[in-house]
Amino acid sequence: MSKPSLSVTTASPRAKWIAGILVVSYAMVAMIPLVWIFMTGFKSPPDSISYPPKVVFEPSLEGYVNLFTTRSRQTDEYIESLGPPETWYDELVRKRNMVITGPSRFADRYWNSVVIGFGSTFLAVFLGTLAAYGFSRFKVPLKDDLLFFILSTRMMPPIAVAIPIFLMYRELGLSDTAAGMILLYTTVNLSLAVWLLKGFVDEIPREYEEAAVVDGYTRLQAFVKVVLPQMRAGIAATAIFCLIFSWNEYAFALLLTSGNAQTAPPFIPIIIGEGGLDWPAVAAGATLFLLPVVIFTVMLRNQLLRGITFGAVRK
Amino acid sequence: MRQLKAFAIAAAAVTAMTVGAQAQDKEITLCWAAWDPANALVELSKDFTAQSGIKMNFEFVPWTNFADRMLNELNSGGKLCDLMIGDSQWIGGGATYNHYVKLNDFFDAEGISMDDFLPATVYAYSTWPKGTPNYYALPAMGDALGWVYRKDWFARPELQAEFKDKHGRDLAPPKNWIELKEIAEFFQGRDIDGKTVYGAAIFTERGSEGITMGATSALYSWGFDYEKEPGSYDMAGVVNSPEAVEALEFYKSIYDCCTPPGYSDSYMVANLDAYKSGQVAMMMNWFAFWPGLAKDEAVGGDVTGYFVNPGQNVEASTLGGQGISVVAYSDKQAEALEYIKWFAQEGVQKKWWSLGGYSCHKAVSGAPDFADSAPFAADFLVAMNGVKDFWQEPTYAELLQSMQKRVHDYVVAEKGTAQEALDKMIDDWTITFEDDGKL
Amino acid sequence: MTTQTVDQAAAAAARATPQRIAHRVRGLSDRAIAWLFISPTILLLLAINIFPLLWTVYLSFTNFRANQPGREFKWVGTRNYERLLGSEDIWGYMQATAHFVVWTMAIQIILGLGLALLINRAFRGSGFWTTLILIPMMLSPAVVGTFWTYLYQPQTGIFSYILNVFHNFGPIDMIGSVSLAPWAIVIVDTWMWTPYIMLLCLAGLRSIPDYLYEAAEIDRANWLQKFWYITLPRVLPFLMLAVLFRGIENFKMFDLVVELTSGGPGSTTELASINLKREAFEKWRTGYSSAFAIILFVTVFGLGNIYVKALKRVTS
Repeated sequence: MSKPSLSVTTASPRAKWIAGILVVSYAMVAMIPLVWIFMTGFKSPPDSISYPPKVVFEPSLEGYVNLFTTRSRQTDEYIESLGPPETWYDELVRKRNMVITGPSRFADRYWNSVVIGFGSTFLAVFLGTLAAYGFSRFKVPLKDDLLFFILSTRMMPPIAVAIPIFLMYRELGLSDTAAGMILLYTTVNLSLAVWLLKGFVDEIPREYEEAAVVDGYTRLQAFVKVVLPQMRAGIAATAIFCLIFSWNEYAFALLLTSGNAQTAPPFIPIIIGEGGLDWPAVAAGATLFLLPVVIFTVMLRNQLLRGITFGAVRK
Repeated sequence: MRQLKAFAIAAAAVTAMTVGAQAQDKEITLCWAAWDPANALVELSKDFTAQSGIKMNFEFVPWTNFADRMLNELNSGGKLCDLMIGDSQWIGGGATYNHYVKLNDFFDAEGISMDDFLPATVYAYSTWPKGTPNYYALPAMGDALGWVYRKDWFARPELQAEFKDKHGRDLAPPKNWIELKEIAEFFQGRDIDGKTVYGAAIFTERGSEGITMGATSALYSWGFDYEKEPGSYDMAGVVNSPEAVEALEFYKSIYDCCTPPGYSDSYMVANLDAYKSGQVAMMMNWFAFWPGLAKDEAVGGDVTGYFVNPGQNVEASTLGGQGISVVAYSDKQAEALEYIKWFAQEGVQKKWWSLGGYSCHKAVSGAPDFADSAPFAADFLVAMNGVKDFWQEPTYAELLQSMQKRVHDYVVAEKGTAQEALDKMIDDWTITFEDDGKL
Repeated sequence: MTTQTVDQAAAAAARATPQRIAHRVRGLSDRAIAWLFISPTILLLLAINIFPLLWTVYLSFTNFRANQPGREFKWVGTRNYERLLGSEDIWGYMQATAHFVVWTMAIQIILGLGLALLINRAFRGSGFWTTLILIPMMLSPAVVGTFWTYLYQPQTGIFSYILNVFHNFGPIDMIGSVSLAPWAIVIVDTWMWTPYIMLLCLAGLRSIPDYLYEAAEIDRANWLQKFWYITLPRVLPFLMLAVLFRGIENFKMFDLVVELTSGGPGSTTELASINLKREAFEKWRTGYSSAFAIILFVTVFGLGNIYVKALKRVTS
């Protein structure tokens, strides 16, 4: 029997080691900015702009407090007149001669991101699955043209799309509404959803459905009971991609939303503190904004890879 | 008809006042930029809520996004803002495109007289067409571009001696731009208390209005003008005059010689940052920040001195500041007007100044003790006497973007010459005015 | 007929109805199902994409301004297009865009394919490091752009600090320097999106059946031959698809770069979309910017079309 190391498809241990070290180094270098974001979220504002950059520092929750509150600078006498601070975050803020004047808009913006992100993802995946199945299994006239047409909608720069959408939404009263944003993100995501999902459907053997039809299923039942379960991984992967798009989208949100339906991406970059961007607060916002997507991705990691490499792991 | 309308508005205001007690759930939103004075306004407005029962919401946007966001809001007919403290240059568009409610009848009905406010501020913040008695805003916040310097550094004997040795005069706030540059060069790269410091923090921001506001403070001092005759849109030979070219070249030379490293995109907050952290000897910024700066733990009190934008050929300062307007798309105009009525009162205006807002009311800034009420108050009056504003045309945003590009291309990106930059700016502006039917 | 029987009949009918509808649905012809499935997508795209596109085409021949809705606007023929194509500024924006697209794609193809080959070799199945590498592309470009301005701070930023560990450059002003700014945006985009290319290459690699390599081994092919004749042709369709999507995205690039440099210094990194945003939503020259939008669209559409043809040839 030949040793596994002689097999051509498995690399030699040494090559594996070198490759592994290279990959791990890349990953670690690529992680520096993210680790830095995470760390900066726990720095105090002075530490965040110190030179040389501080790697070891006294952790502080000021960034998170600043992210969720609005504050105003007051004189010492005024602050003393308020009596002792009631909460730990009051105390933190008063150390900087400030008092909390109210909550910031971050929570609202974040919630908008959740509603708009999940709403548009659900719609895009739902419609995309149907269309992908239609394109994959049936003779549709001008199929290639239609598919290309769907893809072509992705070629418009978002700003270009935003011009007529701005006018249209102004007429329809959809400006600065969650419904308007969901509709828009659904449309933008549809092209990706249809293309990705069609690939997944294509890879499901038709024989499965044919067998089901022979067993007395109708076409629709075969779709629901045979094809859909097979597509689960593909749908999950597609949903993640759609969700990431909606969650992160910036241009439309910047131009078409304002005080009501604004999502987090246009909000986080403009968290201004005393003098300049409040980097710990920006970092805190970025961390909270990124975290769910990271968790989601890690949870669905295997499905994500399986979805992308569908053919290889068909079993 | 006019009287009828005035009566209607007055009636609406009165009704709003009388039902104020029951109107606990009433609330209006005021939109402004996110900066020190806005925090002061929040404090001030608590009195309004206490009196009228109308709850105040605030939407504050950082300056670099302010115009962009709020003009977009107005142009999309949004109902987010009931009251808008819009920048001075918006008044032309606000009036022409009916974003703002015309306030003449309301002023008449309520006995609010524009004569009670500083003429320069009424002209700049309220009127359109310029100088006519058509009011679209109440002057809310007077402001101009000014400078601060590190008084403590300037006072050091060894620096004093060295400077005198070099330039034959005392190290003191500059009287003109040449002196300003000499001082900035003097401090550039100097070691102070073990830290490298730099000459001056100036405006160089590209995205919104930063570098235009900075560069015009030099241009105006060289005698820059926008047109040969007001209203003629005849720009050739004025906008690109030899003085204008010299001024712009001078502004670039300060950027090149005397700013901290990486100072290519800075506006108000970046300058404050640089100044408060002890990086620069001088900083250009708006008077609006001086009350906050005076209270600052690091650079407040005696550490900081103030001076008016230095003249060169003439004495002039770039205008800042805003009027407060009622948004035409608002459903709560009566409450919004009530706020303006309240805000216009003498007592409220006095409190506004004490909280750090620059009142434009004559009873405040015209009072004999005003000049002594803060270390920068006298400077403020001097600056406001020589203010000059950018175009306030309805197409101001377009004109501004052209200037931002041309000036930034030249000053920061080293593209072409000052002459070319100003020539191209005239070309851009000509197209804008042609498109707008003004030429 | 008694009321009771009427009720019974009604109840029976009620019971029967869902089944009947179900039956009717079940009995749908393939053609009907196809249209039922596809039409919502097509309709939505028509309403939110094609109709606005046509509107944009119309507006591009007018001097309409979105901030003056009440004002009369007129047909100006091809004036907007003439102005655009005759403007040297526009060529500057297009060059900046081309520089960005070409370099990001070139670097990311090399890095992405390289990484995929390494990962495929090093640890098939173990996804920890792969997942870690994927994270940057999950981030919001606008937030990433903002944060990288912090990393790029010449004095206090960690980017300059780390580079200075290797060689004493002094403060490196990535964003403010005319020569470095175009690379500053390429670096951030590469950091973000190399994983995307890698992921698709990895999918391509994993689709290659082992027996192909085994057969090549029997033929005594060396690693280069294996790469050239087996790996590359199999990965190429995936790679090209990845480049298609990323190439289009980068041609349209807005969020990341606008937050990083806002187009500066001067107009050094003012990509086409950034300028379009300024024209459309800051200057409110709707007609003019519509014409610009159409020119951009035609450019991407044309290039994309050629590319897809090439992709099809590779796949088949």
